This record gives sequence, C-alpha cells and structure tokens, in this order.
Amino acid sequence: MAEDGQGGWQLAQVNIALLRAPLDAPELAGFVAGLEPINRLADQSPGFVWRLQTPEGDATAIRVFDDDRILVNLSVWESVEALWSFVYASRHLDLLRRRREWFHRLADAYLALWWVPASHVPTIDEAKGRLGLLRRTGPSPDAFTLREPFPAPGGG
Amino acid sequence: MDEDRFERGVAALQSLHDPVRRGLYRFVAAQSHDVGRDEAARAVGVQRGLAAFHLDKLVDAGLLEVAAVRRVSGRSGPGAGRPAKLYRRAAVQHEVSVPERTYDLAALLLAEAVDEAGVEPALHAAARRLGVRAGRQERQEARPLAEVLARRGYEPYRDGASLRLGNCPFRDVAGQLPAVVCGMNLALLEGLLDGLGAEGAAAVMDPEPGRCCVALISK
Repeated sequence: MAEDGQGGWQLAQVNIALLRAPLDAPELAGFVAGLEPINRLADQSPGFVWRLQTPEGDATAIRVFDDDRILVNLSVWESVEALWSFVYASRHLDLLRRRREWFHRLADAYLALWWVPASHVPTIDEAKGRLGLLRRTGPSPDAFTLREPFPAPGGG
Repeated sequence: MDEDRFERGVAALQSLHDPVRRGLYRFVAAQSHDVGRDEAARAVGVQRGLAAFHLDKLVDAGLLEVAAVRRVSGRSGPGAGRPAKLYRRAAVQHEVSVPERTYDLAALLLAEAVDEAGVEPALHAAARRLGVRAGRQERQEARPLAEVLARRGYEPYRDGASLRLGNCPFRDVAGQLPAVVCGMNLALLEGLLDGLGAEGAAAVMDPEPGRCCVALISK
C-alpha cells in the first residue's frame, strides 16, 4: 500500500517529450517496444503511487499541447528518492540513454516536480502550470527538478 | 587548495603504506559482500589478530567502514560467542593531486553542455572509439576481460554468467547526470569489448544502487 512518505505530501512529476517521428514510424520502434515493460516496472517500483494512463496502459495517446508531437508523462511518487531510483537506477536508464534517438531536444525545462497532498491526483492543467512556472522562474518550492529538489512543505 | 581535503587524502594514502594493510584494503574492496576478519586474514595470509589491527586502522583512516556486527555462530544470547565485525569499502572518495587538478569540475561542465546541446550521440561515438582503441591495445597484451576491467577501476566480480562492476569510475559526475554519463560508460565498454574481440560478452545497462550501471553478460 502506497502511503505518503512525507508527512501527508507526495511528489508529483510531469515530463514532456517532442517526438522525432510518429509512434508507428520505424524510428520509434525501440521506444514503443520499451513502453509496456517500463510502465510495468514503474508500477512495481518502491514508492510509486499513480500515473496518468489511458485504457491502453500508457499515456502516449494523450496530446494536450498545441504541438501534437508532444507526449506527456504525469505521475505521483512517495518521495524524490523513490522517483530518482526509478528514473536513474533501474532499466529506465536505458531508455533515457537513448532518448535523442526518439525525441527532439527541448530548449526549455521538460520536467517539473511539485508536492501535492497525499491522495490528490494532479491534472494535466496543473502539470502544464507547474512546467510553465519552472520555465519562467527556475527551480522553486512550487516547481523544481531532480537536480535541485525542494523538501515537502512543513519540513518533510 | 582545500587544505582539509588534502590532509584527509594524504592521511588515507599514508595508511595504505603498509603492504599487509594495502593487501587487506584491496581484498575487502574487491569483494561483493561484507568481509569478516577471518576471511580477510586467510585471503592475505596473516594471523587474525594482525588482520583485525590493520582493518581497524583502515576504518580509522576512513578507507573502510564497519558494515555490521553479527554473531559468528548465528545464535544470540549467552554462549553465542563474540560479535564479529564485518568490513566494506567506505563510500567516501579520497583524492590527492599534486599539483592540484580538478578534472571533476571539467567533467561536470562538459556533461552539462552535452545534456543541454543534446549531443549524446557524439559523446557515445567518441567513447566507443576510445574503447575500441584501448581494447585493441589490451588484446595485444593478451589480458583477460576481468583484468582489463580491474585495471580501469571497475572492480569486476562474477555473478552467475555475468560480470558485474562494483565500482563506477565516474561516480560523482554520473550521480549528477546519469543519462549522459552512464550512456557514455556503456558506449566505452561496448567499444572495449569490440577492441578486445570478446565476442562472447555483451555490455548492457543493468543499474542498481551502489554499483556501476553496466553489466557484462554472456551472449
């Protein structure tokens, strides 16, 4: 049972990626093949709470930006450490290593973190707002990054 | 120069001056499990008491740490025997450079630039080329794979049919920018295998906390 790790707060995460080609193009085959196993790994990872998904089991069909080549990934974790371990110390690192094969470089911040009350499910609009805030003002307690994390409200 | 860091580094090095102590340090560092006094003494070929003395000196110098204290007999309570100390290599890194060099800063800045510019493919290509060159040289020396990796600081150990790497030679910068640096490391090791002509082995990403992100598996 995923309990809140930080005195009633959980970590929300959004990241976006700009596709180099449509998902059914051969260039994206490696990414598409990795989706199902990596999502399963996320679901089983210590500290995983929730992720945005359609009935297909992933979020690749969700396009909410003006540029519809942009994928969005929205999830909730118990702590920064739990998210860090999944992102960088699991097989997920192998997808990350290959990200330039599948996605264009984004000049602006593409990942934002913020604290939400436990059991709160973040919305896409909320996520877009946090990403926008990070882009405008840099890392702050309201929108930050894995490299410059902030503690949960109330000292965590 | 950071005087405290320099002094700590020199003290750590000094404590490795004794050959027995150096042997103990290298043995403990090379094991994938925590090591007791008996095992360490046997490995280095000295009496248990002498090994215990030197192991504790290595702890004092910050080179090893005491992992756990457990009862040797596996029992607890009266008659269970004396508790046994288990040692492992300390996570802290000591560096002494004379004159001072700060390649870690240069590495971090270069990795940041690669990340921002999105030029990982160029980094992977460069790492692979360097790996192939190094592998070819090692092949001329007819060194086995595990020795080649050990000489480069990876601290390889067997895990079934795989070779795992107990030490990440790029740990500090890899911790900051894992996607960039671990990808570089994988390409470097792929190149090294190619250059060695080690056709039975493949380098794959298999990260776990506390060790290098790459494992070498039998094909």
